[in-house]
Amino acid sequence: MQLWEVFVRARAGLHHQHVGSLHAVDAEMALENARDVFTRRGEAASIWVVPSAQIVASDPDDAGELFEPAMDKVYRHPTFYEVPDGVANL
Amino acid sequence: MSPTSDPAAPDIRVVADASFIASHRLTEWVSSAPTMEEDVAIANIALDLLGQARGLFGVLGDEDQLAYFRDASDWHNPVICELPNGDFGHTMLRQLFLDVWLSQVWPALADSDDETVRGVAEKAIKENAYHLRHSSAWVVRLGDGTDESHQRMLAALDELWPHSEAFASDAWYAAISQLLTDATLPPPPPRTRFDGERGNDAQHPWLPELLDHMQSLARAHPGATW
Amino acid sequence: MDLADGFDARVAAEDKVEPKDWMPEAYRKTLVRQISQHAHSEIIGMQPEGNWLTRAPSLRRKAILLAKVQDEAGHGLYLYAAAETLGTSRDEMVDQLLAGTAKYSSIFNYPTPTWADIGAIGWLVDGAAIMNQVPLCRCSYGPYARAMKRICKEESFHQRQGFDILVTLCRGTAEQKAMAQDALDRWWWPSLMMFGPNDDASPNSAQSMKWRIKRFSNDDLRQRFVDATVPQAHFLGLQIPDDDLRYDETTGHWQFGEIDWDEFRRVLSGHGPMNAERLAHRRRAHDDGEWVIAGAEAHAAKRARRTTAA
Repeated sequence: MQLWEVFVRARAGLHHQHVGSLHAVDAEMALENARDVFTRRGEAASIWVVPSAQIVASDPDDAGELFEPAMDKVYRHPTFYEVPDGVANL
Repeated sequence: MSPTSDPAAPDIRVVADASFIASHRLTEWVSSAPTMEEDVAIANIALDLLGQARGLFGVLGDEDQLAYFRDASDWHNPVICELPNGDFGHTMLRQLFLDVWLSQVWPALADSDDETVRGVAEKAIKENAYHLRHSSAWVVRLGDGTDESHQRMLAALDELWPHSEAFASDAWYAAISQLLTDATLPPPPPRTRFDGERGNDAQHPWLPELLDHMQSLARAHPGATW
Repeated sequence: MDLADGFDARVAAEDKVEPKDWMPEAYRKTLVRQISQHAHSEIIGMQPEGNWLTRAPSLRRKAILLAKVQDEAGHGLYLYAAAETLGTSRDEMVDQLLAGTAKYSSIFNYPTPTWADIGAIGWLVDGAAIMNQVPLCRCSYGPYARAMKRICKEESFHQRQGFDILVTLCRGTAEQKAMAQDALDRWWWPSLMMFGPNDDASPNSAQSMKWRIKRFSNDDLRQRFVDATVPQAHFLGLQIPDDDLRYDETTGHWQFGEIDWDEFRRVLSGHGPMNAERLAHRRRAHDDGEWVIAGAEAHAAKRARRTTAA
């Protein structure tokens, strides 16, 4: 028995979202279990299942070096720039 | 060819009762399945089959009258459906036999002159495809699993095979032999039709006890609304 | 600021805690205990209703009840999964349940002798559960909060179908109405006990509230439940089995009588009418399932070997 993470795309156009995890012995069982457990109310157009051991996650202890530097680089945001009057399509 | 076993001309009374009784036996598993995920899966199949039965009951009369106020001798399910549940492997193998049969029956009913029957059949075809995935995967896993699971599947096959002729047609036999082979279970030779019991006019050895329990509350208050 | 103070500040600021974040050991342990108890309750809770699944008196009721019990298995699953993110495996938690060392909601240790009990469970037990669960959707631990949101979405159908059963019974024959009253007589007090001991007898509550694992006090939630439910009983035309029940004009609340805490303690400690049977049922399911899981695992291993060999 392995632990699997389940991702569901509600409908075309949206991302797959993580909805939880379940136990299964193989990918086919994981997919069917995911379908039975997470999509009974018409919540899915697509399912991904991934063995939990295959997920690579960032370490919360590294949050400082991974995520904080981005906070002060405001020039990545379009609103940082003033668009001169009279200029369109920018 | 008996009406039960000719998938090209299915008797909807047989299909309705088969689905209903099969659903009931599966319902007995809820809260006792090998895993929680399987509890959810079995409930899903039981719900689908119940829905299919209700769809066809609606064509035949009043669904609650048919379910709760018929005696065993008035039911048309193949006897295999009413056998008491064995172990999980027995249940999956019985389900496989039913699922393969229904996979041949529903497309025929999708051609029905009756619009309601057509509607039930179109929905049932998709549900049945999913059930067949589930039961065939389990039969293969358990047939080709451990020594113990293999032995248990052989025992289930031994018990269920004599009751399978209600479903038996060339197409059914071909599909089942292939699936049993995939599961490393030797396909028994086909039963000659009309050996032993015939589904829709046979005696119902196990139905009285099933109905006695299932109908008990409804019959205790005839005419009541629930 | 040390780790513990930082943690307390985050929680106080309504930040969510996620699985790999640092957390005090006591927070982790309390959560594992709380979430797993909740999970066990869902799974055990399938039994009192499952008892009537095979005898449901109409096909519509049968389908509805089957869908409800199916949801409960799903809820158990979501909760075990949430608890697993804290480092305990599902097997460990299940083993504790089967060994009798884990607790689950003692409400499920009562029997369901009549169909009306199914209505009462939906109306009262699920109603009480919803009172408890809605605040937990905002609890500090991310996976638990998210599981609770899913559960709450599914749970309101559970309460409504129970109430619907009772509405039909109360409008039915004299026997049906008597069945409904009898069920209320037996389920009312145990439902009130679901909210736990009075606040002054609840030593762990303060820490749980500080860590936002618990958002309202036991007595608070119990009062809300009574206030919501009494008018519903009146609508049904049923009598609540409490001679001390009366409406207080000044507070706007329904005052109610004293709970029998001896009964509560007895049932909680394993001496309720169905305790032994509930666990025996789970053990049987577990034992009967072992060969199935072993078979499935063996097959998966064989396929993996065949794939790499090919």
